[in-house]
Amino acid sequence: MSDTAKELQKKEASTPEGIERTRPHKVYTPAADIVERQDDIIVTADMPGVDENTVDITLEKNVLTISGTVAPLSPGSHRLVFAEYGVGDYHRAFTITEEVDRDRIHASVKNGVLRLVLPKAAEAKSRKIEVRSAA
Amino acid sequence: MFWTESNRYGRNWDLLREFERMSRLFSDLSTPFDRATEFPAMNLWSDGNEAVITSELPGVDPGKTDISVVGKTLTVKGSRIPEDSGGEGSYHRQERWNGSFTRTIELPFQIDQNRVAARFSKGILEVRLPRAEADKPRKITITTN
Repeated sequence: MSDTAKELQKKEASTPEGIERTRPHKVYTPAADIVERQDDIIVTADMPGVDENTVDITLEKNVLTISGTVAPLSPGSHRLVFAEYGVGDYHRAFTITEEVDRDRIHASVKNGVLRLVLPKAAEAKSRKIEVRSAA
Repeated sequence: MFWTESNRYGRNWDLLREFERMSRLFSDLSTPFDRATEFPAMNLWSDGNEAVITSELPGVDPGKTDISVVGKTLTVKGSRIPEDSGGEGSYHRQERWNGSFTRTIELPFQIDQNRVAARFSKGILEVRLPRAEADKPRKITITTN
């Protein structure tokens, strides 16, 4: 183990009572980092098993939804004898307060990590009021 | 409250739903699932002649991941470097882990070191560990006189 505490278990996403998902797999909430910079917001999410074809990102009004589907892996004729983690799909939604320039959103997936760059809209940037400390 | 079908059948309806939920819970338990005590969590697959270890290591550089096999044990070493956001910027949240890890696991058989194969794709590490030929059970034929 290293100096930083690591989450040992994946977190399962909650489903509303009485409503089932169409796919019978488990659904997990991917761990995410969100960094806000002057001109953009960067969202990084751990989604192992997901590639550029199986990840789905939507931005509706100010809700950013990330979902990914994972094909259950089974190496050949092998049987799962011991499992410490579950395999399933991913789903997570965030509300974004800043105005985002939808046309310039950039998303990429590398080694199971999703990286989203959400550039702030020009009008949102200009609306920012600088606060100076009074002398 | 509205008068709906579910209200008319009141309790029974809820009971039925509760049973459904319970049966789903139990069916989830059918997989040999155990909570991970060490990082990274690993799943073990087997077909008798070969064991396959899978582990979710998103964002880990496969070139810098170290896999070694000695006798019955497998050791996986690696690290994940925090992504550079260019110095500036403030974190809204930081949930992803960073740093290095080492995990050693012992299998119930000798591993054929020459035939060990590892693959890394989409953030999932897969290590195939074939059982050593010398370790395999020898079939003994019974002779009758």
